Amino acid sequence: MIKVKDVYFTYPTGVEALKGVSLTIRDGEFIAIMGQNGAGKTTLIKHFNGLLKPTKGEVLVGSVNTKTTSVARLARNVGFVFQNPDNQLFCETVEEEVAFALKNFGYKDTTLKKRVTWALNLLGLTEYRKTSPFMLSGGERKRVALASVLAWNPKVVVMDEPTIGQDYQQKEILRQFIIQLNTQGKTVVVVTHDVEFVAECNPRVILMSEGKIVADGVGKKVLTDIDRLTQASIVLPQVAQIFMGLTDFGLPTDVIDLYEAREILMKRLGEK
Amino acid sequence: MSVFDGLKFRRVTSPIHMLDPRIKFLYVCSIFVVAILFWELLPLIILFLMQIPFVLLARVQKEWVRSLRGAAFLAVIIFSTNLFFRFMYTGYPTLQDIEYASAMTLRFVVLVESFSVFFLTTSPDHLGLALEQSHVPYEFCFAFTTAVRFVPVLADEAQTIMDAQKARGLELEKGNFLKRIRNYIPILIPLIISAIRRSLELAEAMESRAWGAIEKRTNLYVLKMRKADYLLILASILILIIGVYIRYYVPTPSFSDLLKL
Amino acid sequence: MAVIETKDLTYTYPNATKPAIHGVSLKIEKGEFVILTGPSGCGKTTLCRCFNGLIPHFYQGELTGEIQVAGLNVAGNPIHKLTLHVGLVFQNPENQLFALSVEKDVAFGLENLGVPREDMQKQVDWALETSGIYNLRERAPDELSGGQQQRVAIASIIAMRPEIMVLDEPTSFLDPMGAEKIFEVIDKLNKSLGITVILVEHRLDLAARYANHVIVMDKGKIILDGEPRTVLGSQKARLLGVGIPKATRLYQILEEENGLKTDNVPVTSEEIVKLLREVLKT
Repeated sequence: MIKVKDVYFTYPTGVEALKGVSLTIRDGEFIAIMGQNGAGKTTLIKHFNGLLKPTKGEVLVGSVNTKTTSVARLARNVGFVFQNPDNQLFCETVEEEVAFALKNFGYKDTTLKKRVTWALNLLGLTEYRKTSPFMLSGGERKRVALASVLAWNPKVVVMDEPTIGQDYQQKEILRQFIIQLNTQGKTVVVVTHDVEFVAECNPRVILMSEGKIVADGVGKKVLTDIDRLTQASIVLPQVAQIFMGLTDFGLPTDVIDLYEAREILMKRLGEK
Repeated sequence: MSVFDGLKFRRVTSPIHMLDPRIKFLYVCSIFVVAILFWELLPLIILFLMQIPFVLLARVQKEWVRSLRGAAFLAVIIFSTNLFFRFMYTGYPTLQDIEYASAMTLRFVVLVESFSVFFLTTSPDHLGLALEQSHVPYEFCFAFTTAVRFVPVLADEAQTIMDAQKARGLELEKGNFLKRIRNYIPILIPLIISAIRRSLELAEAMESRAWGAIEKRTNLYVLKMRKADYLLILASILILIIGVYIRYYVPTPSFSDLLKL
Repeated sequence: MAVIETKDLTYTYPNATKPAIHGVSLKIEKGEFVILTGPSGCGKTTLCRCFNGLIPHFYQGELTGEIQVAGLNVAGNPIHKLTLHVGLVFQNPENQLFALSVEKDVAFGLENLGVPREDMQKQVDWALETSGIYNLRERAPDELSGGQQQRVAIASIIAMRPEIMVLDEPTSFLDPMGAEKIFEVIDKLNKSLGITVILVEHRLDLAARYANHVIVMDKGKIILDGEPRTVLGSQKARLLGVGIPKATRLYQILEEENGLKTDNVPVTSEEIVKLLREVLKT
């Protein structure tokens, strides 16, 4: 359980990035934090593993206050997947890369080996075990970064803009993977501005704008709330755009999923 | 980082900022040459004080003071080393020894603060332009401005890499001296590789903008000498002449002499 | 009149075992707005680099087949000659800006070409205005947002007045609003200045509306090449995993299961709304 209590954060440069943010994330939730570049999303999630400490207010991860805990300690429970995998990769083999965090956390010998094998398997990287991560394609490097974070099985997984530069199929695979993680009981927090991706996942959606939370609720409701979306400079998902143009036919307006759209339209067309 | 803060360019408009960087550099060099001529404290103090009106005119007081603070550490080392080597033979420091050590330290300080004023009031593109017009080969000028352009980018990236590795349990402060150095490998390698990738992308972009099309590149901007620049040249030459004259023809009192009065 | 034409173009990177593009034959007419898309690794980026000569001159490797751009044979002309006709905008906005001010960056290409200073200022100002960034001309690149940086990159290319502009996933790092602004600028250049545009994109939801020619690649080969509606509405595109616009997808579903039919396959939400309104009214 992550509790953010009225957090303010100002960078050393003087920029006030968070202006009174309060939020509770329950175990096992799947959350998307959305907003324009500069809204404060990345600043907020960096508070979850202690990379940033609040200027005012506090953040509790479990029962631990992030102000008095080191990043290394918090990282054991909160795994962070950064946007660019090349900001992490430095080892000679994929195996070592995946083992890096495990070693830092004190895993040794057989347990270490088992965890590495498990993580490689999970991300379909077993054949690249002894390969240099720098020889892999962009998509494969992303999977290595993901494997290296999942290796120590953190309870919470935070992903910062995981869909950037990915094609449609890669996003599909990622989406299903995230759902799988969530089904296994992990709390998943995804920061993104990719509205279509979020619409297909339908998680709890939090909209941020200028350092504040402007909306927090079920995906369907938040992503069809035009006023809030405009405030956060987010575009309506395509499916919602379509239904916005059909309101005078008595069709619901909170539709963001393609298959739900199909059901509704099939029914209406079938009634003719 | 405070020493570097003293050298970073501040975007303010002031008459000093508008001066031709080549002339400013000439001025700083003449200050430097005169500073080296003297062993006595008095002329060095005068040289030091002469910079202050420039600093105030350029409105860079805060940063300038910060650069002095940064230089303070080295200044202390220079003072103590010089003092030590002087009284090492006699056993105890005399007033002359103290004056000598202070003069050496002040020489260093005059050097630092005059260059600090130079860098604080000269934008990197102004500097790059000065290099170009001084007929430095364009490749070097380009390398210089590109390096300056990317310093903040690399600094940000280094921070991101540190965050990413800390989030994987890396504790930079942990362990003995050797371990602490090894802790930086997960930060240096991604940084270096990213720099290499970046250079490749930059090269592609350069080629795509007709890099190397013709030998003689033209330039959007040009440095033109103005009245103030000519005045500064005059001032620099005067300082040199006066400095040399005083050094060789006017007996300069040392502090110990002044104290006897 | 074809402004880009390739015949059986095949290219292998140095030290690679397989060609990155294979047997690529295409024709792009003057003034077209082309979208080039396909799954990651299909060869779109490689093909872009062939258009302005980075392949083969910068990357070396093995290039066979024919490629003519603006009437010039790519293999036989140096890159700087080709850049007078073809501009290339890259994915990462940051790594295309070298100078310490926007204005100087836009002038970079002109300086390289030895344009005299008096003419340069005029061309730079024109490029800044056309890209909508004239008010940013004295800023430093690291003060700008990603979207602004990309517009600087675009300005610096159009300053050289090429007839063709190639953009390789220019909106990858931008949020949807930033992406839309870029597409609007590109569309303006295409419609009012007649510049032929080749845009490599995954975000077809946002970009499809501007195109009049779509090419889909996979594993180094061209699979589909034609009108947006035909290509994006085809089964093949869907099976390849191309991110076809949701409007098109919805139409396909309703066509299959309900027999909904139209000659103009919708590619934007406005188009399918229009279609659905007609059908629902009856």
